[in-house]
Amino acid sequence: MTEPVIALRGVRADLGSRPVLRGIDLTVHRGEVVALLGANGSGKSTAIRTIIGQVPLSAGEIELFGTPRGRFGDWARVGYVPQRTTAAGGVPATVTEIVSSGRLSRARFGVLRKADKEAVRRALELVGMADRAKDSVDALSGGQHQRVLIARALASEPELLIMDEPMAGVDLASQEVLARTLGEQVAQGTSVLLVLHELGPLEPLIDRAVVLRDGCVQHDGPPPRAVGQHALPGHDHVHPHDHEPIRTGLLS
Amino acid sequence: MDFLDYAFMQRALLAAVLVGITAPAVGIYLVQRRQALMGDGIGHVAMTGVGLGFLLSWSPVWMATLISVLGAVLMELIRWYGRTRGDIALAMLFYGGMAGGVMFINLAPGGSNANLTSYLFGSLSTVSQSDVTAICLLAAFVVLVTLGLRRQLFAVSQDEEFARVTGLPVRALNLLTAVTAAVTVTVAMRVVGLLLVSALMVVPVAAAQQLSRSFAATFAIAVAIGVTVTIGGTVTSYYQDVPPGATIVLLTIGAFVVLTGLATPLARRRARAAAAARPVPDPAECAIPASREADGTVGV
Repeated sequence: MTEPVIALRGVRADLGSRPVLRGIDLTVHRGEVVALLGANGSGKSTAIRTIIGQVPLSAGEIELFGTPRGRFGDWARVGYVPQRTTAAGGVPATVTEIVSSGRLSRARFGVLRKADKEAVRRALELVGMADRAKDSVDALSGGQHQRVLIARALASEPELLIMDEPMAGVDLASQEVLARTLGEQVAQGTSVLLVLHELGPLEPLIDRAVVLRDGCVQHDGPPPRAVGQHALPGHDHVHPHDHEPIRTGLLS
Repeated sequence: MDFLDYAFMQRALLAAVLVGITAPAVGIYLVQRRQALMGDGIGHVAMTGVGLGFLLSWSPVWMATLISVLGAVLMELIRWYGRTRGDIALAMLFYGGMAGGVMFINLAPGGSNANLTSYLFGSLSTVSQSDVTAICLLAAFVVLVTLGLRRQLFAVSQDEEFARVTGLPVRALNLLTAVTAAVTVTVAMRVVGLLLVSALMVVPVAAAQQLSRSFAATFAIAVAIGVTVTIGGTVTSYYQDVPPGATIVLLTIGAFVVLTGLATPLARRRARAAAAARPVPDPAECAIPASREADGTVGV
């Protein structure tokens, strides 16, 4: 087995005084696509946020590319797509300006050279947003906005993509673009860890699914097959999230 | 142009231009982070510095710089660690700062609240040569940070979580933003006054946004507005004998109103141009989509 790109061992994390992760083991190997599944509040997003260092650990250890996260500095190898927030910054910004932020990890002293600008343009082409490069992000739809955030993650040409619910609130046309983009990245050997609410159009790409429940790993293995009406082509997930039943029967 | 013959007016105008550049240059990052009122808070804390300057017979400008930098760092630390009751801690810092200023200035020999007025609302005739030197040095620092690190500050202010994953020193950049804002407050203190400085950080940015679609354009327009209103306000203040700070702030708000009025037809024209550029124009009337998925706007 090759060296893992992400390794979590016995990771615990608290939000306030509430334990959210209660000892998680999770490994992503090179070239692997791993989906992190689970109901709301199961700790999926917190797990992702411990990996990037936004949420502190209370116990356990995390390694990125074999280096303890505290000492890891080669962030250009990691592309991150946060959970999409509807609130943009308080000042208008163009698509190019946002995606250029993703190139800072490769730019020395924050100076973007010609090659960097070229990489930004390529990233925008990958998600099919090159024609909107000069538009304000405020003018985009939810799906287009998500494509911009993915282009921002791709701008550093990462070996590992970490994505938090990339398909949430994304229209079907954009979902297809995103699935295709991701497929191309995976074909080139990019490793992916992504939080998903359900497998959806990404299902064929996923090698392994890790299901969390109440901050513990409940399932780690082949992705659960969709059954019933969830398996119908074009099935869209529209039930309200607040009262969502824990669909463990389906996922385990 | 006879006002240029007076040395005090030359100093005042130089200070005004520097304020017009620096206040919106820092303010844009504060607005982007949705901390538009941070400048106001720092202004309150800086009052303690002015008071201490009088009490210890130090330069009030440098003392205010020191105290407001400390205050800004403290505010940033409260933001990190005191998540739950951060607003209360900030309120105590603000009003403690103001009360400290009034207390110290009254303890100073021969000091009274009257000394404070020129710092609170700005004054042209009292800008001294040493003030101008201090303002130039501080403004140079602010311009260096806000322009030199614009990409880093943009990334951190836009999306802190993402900035962390690009390997940027997020905490250091946040602290630097706070320190730069504090320095700007003291740059602006002599001309616009501590209680009005925040307006010059926020309103030009808000006005520029009416016209711009990009961060770079917003930055440039906001600084242009800042310089225009500070020069306009300073000259008006000379001829009409009205307080400069109030004149500048009212002019800035006037610019906001005018630009907002201009923006509406501009936005309409842009929307029409964008619609015309699309290969398949949007239908003029609503139609029921063939299937729910097809309309693409139904989100999860």
